[in-house]
Parts: sequence; C-alpha cells; structure tokens
Amino acid sequence: MEHAVETTLTVNGTKVTRRIEPRQHLVDFLREELGLTGSHVGCEHGVCGACTVRVDGEIVRGCLMLAVQADGCKVETIEGLSDSQELSLLQKAFHEKNALQCGFCTPGMLMAAQDLVLSKRKVSREEIRMHISGNYCRCTGYQAIVDAIEEVIHGQG
Amino acid sequence: MKAPAFAYAKPKSLAEAFALLRTPGAKVLAGGQSLIPSLNMRLSAPDLLVDITGLPGLAEIVPGRGTVRVGALVTHARIERNSDVRKHIPMLAEAATHIAHAAIRNRGTLGGSLALADPAAEYPACAVALEAIFTIQNSRGERTVNAAAFFKGLFETDLKAGEILTCVEFPAGGKSVFLELTRRHGDYAIIGLAAHGSRFVFFGAGPTPVLVKGNSLAEAKAALARVEPPADLYHSSKTKRHLAGVLLERAWNTLSKPR
Repeated sequence: MEHAVETTLTVNGTKVTRRIEPRQHLVDFLREELGLTGSHVGCEHGVCGACTVRVDGEIVRGCLMLAVQADGCKVETIEGLSDSQELSLLQKAFHEKNALQCGFCTPGMLMAAQDLVLSKRKVSREEIRMHISGNYCRCTGYQAIVDAIEEVIHGQG
Repeated sequence: MKAPAFAYAKPKSLAEAFALLRTPGAKVLAGGQSLIPSLNMRLSAPDLLVDITGLPGLAEIVPGRGTVRVGALVTHARIERNSDVRKHIPMLAEAATHIAHAAIRNRGTLGGSLALADPAAEYPACAVALEAIFTIQNSRGERTVNAAAFFKGLFETDLKAGEILTCVEFPAGGKSVFLELTRRHGDYAIIGLAAHGSRFVFFGAGPTPVLVKGNSLAEAKAALARVEPPADLYHSSKTKRHLAGVLLERAWNTLSKPR
C-alpha cells in the first residue's frame, strides 16, 4: 500500500473510511472492499455503462472515477436504490416488459433510466434511446428496455 | 484492464498544484474521462496524478461585456444546461450534447477536453471557430493564447510542463451552427463542423481543428477541397471530405437564413 490515501465517503447512507490505493476505481472499491457487487465491471474504459453509479446525485462511470476521488462524496449504488425502493417502478416495468435477459447491464441501465425519470420530463422514445446510449445491452435489442422506461416516464404523475 | 500504480494528490491552491507538478512524472487530473481510460488501457503511466478539481475558482461561468468566461473545471453537463452559455455561446451548449453520454458529461470538463486536444473532439473546433482566448497559469503567473495558436498538432498543445489551463474566454453572440456526424449518438465524430460567421472549423478532419474560411459558399467549398481528412476504419479520406461538404452546405444554409 505504497500510495494509499485515507478516504472517507458515504455509501448508500453509511459512512466508510478506508485507506485506498489511488489506482483502484470506484466500482472496484465498491465491489471488492464493500462487497457491493450489484455494480458490474464490463469494459473498464467507459463505453458499456454497466458500472454506472450515482455520486453526489449525478450518474457517473464507476470505472472512470478513482475511489480516492470520491473522498467526501455521497455514493449511491443499485443496492441502495433498490433497498430504498426508489427504483421499484422501473424494476417492475423491466420485469413486466421482459427488459432483460442475462441481467448484466440491468443495474447500470436502471441507474441511467432513473436519472431520466428524475428529470420529470415527458421525453420521447428517441430521447430515451439517447439517454441510454451509453449503456450497452447485448441481449434485448433495447426495444423492451425503451418500452419499460417509457411506461414509467409516462405513467408518473 | 486496471490502471498501473501511481500516487495521488489533491491540492487546495494553484501554488500547491504548481509545486506538485514539479514532481517528475506528474500529470494533471481533471474530470478524468479521457485520462482514466488511457490509464486503464495502460497507454499512460504517470507517477503522480495531481487532481485539480479541488482548486477554487476554476469552475465558474461568468458572463461579461461581450464575452463569457468559462472555468476549465466546468463540466460538459453544466455547459449543456447553463443559461448564460445557452444564450451567449449556443454553439458550445450544442456541442456538449454530442459528447459521449450523460454519465460522462457529468464529470468531463471543458479544460480537460481542450488540454487533451483530441482531433475528433468538439470543443477545440468550437474554440477555434469562436476565436476563444485561453488563460494558462504557471508558477510565475499567467499568460493568454488564442485558440488557433493553442492547438499545435495531434494531441499537442501550447501547454508547457507545469502549466494549467484555467479559463477560456468566448466572445458572445453572432450566428453559429454546430453539426456532427456519428454512427451512434455519443460516438466519436466521423466529421463535425463548428461554424461562426465566415469561419468553418472541421473536426475529425486533421490532427488539429481545420479552419476553412469563405465569404461565399463557393469560396468555402474551394478551400475545403484542399483539406485531406485522415481515413478511419470505416470512412476513406474522400468520404469524409464529401461528408464535410454536406455539413458545410447545411451550415451555410442555416447561417444565411434571415433571423
């Protein structure tokens, strides 16, 4: 632990202090140090979106942020958002519309979709596609994912 | 693909940052949306990353008389949404929407993109089209440089070792158009165009932003005919020049429409 830096961050409401090697990505820290394996590691260079997490309320790539950069930040993962039931409408819609097969992309997809839901804009299918353009799904062909997100966005009051 | 080992420091002042940047193998880290992938792919192996995101005063958007000053640490997401940017430098706000994806735009910064000088990136072309002025600081003080002089070659800029790009001043107003062709939203540009007045600046068309001037469409087209864009995996140089011509006409038609 030659370069380790003491880092304090809040993960899903719990304050965590660890000595972290600067080279460790946020998503690897969450998975390996905290056992939060819901955020997935896919491409590791910011293309696939499987590692999407929320930092201080904004979605980011967990593989393009160092864990030490999250010092003082509030990090939320798929586990936190599932437990708080913030994602329950999206999760239900994904289930009903068959918007996943293998499920690898789903946590990141839900994080990106919820970002759009929170914007409270009644967006078109085209805009939904644009917003999830940074999240790859290799199973579904996206149609069902867009259906699910559209249902939640147009169903909310 | 994990990054190699390096040390990390997050200075609280510019003076502290300049001192850290004297360390051999030190590199500036801003939003990290290009640097961290290059570390992950082991294309870069710095000994020390100096995280400048904690420096005060570099993340402001300040409208002035005929200009808007945008701090180097302002993120793409803020550029996209900020009302002053949208009103006075709409080209930049439009360009930001084309950069990668929402999660990346939340962290990537104006200064980071300009200092990297990727030939397919949006902001360098905008800065050249708008004749922006870059403020660069070092331990001895600050200097300014024009956008066109800042971009010197492929990923090569006027920034010297130990210097930090801190702010960019954009002239406000004037008619502008921003167009970009990609295979999918968020991909790197096949070819793109930032047009302002009679300045047509193409990106993805050479090692640096390529400026074509023309007071008539014919004049601009003639100048474009001499440009040789580098081929990529899917598009020949000829195809890219053709597509550049298509964008040029579209931009011309938009710019010449009465308001």
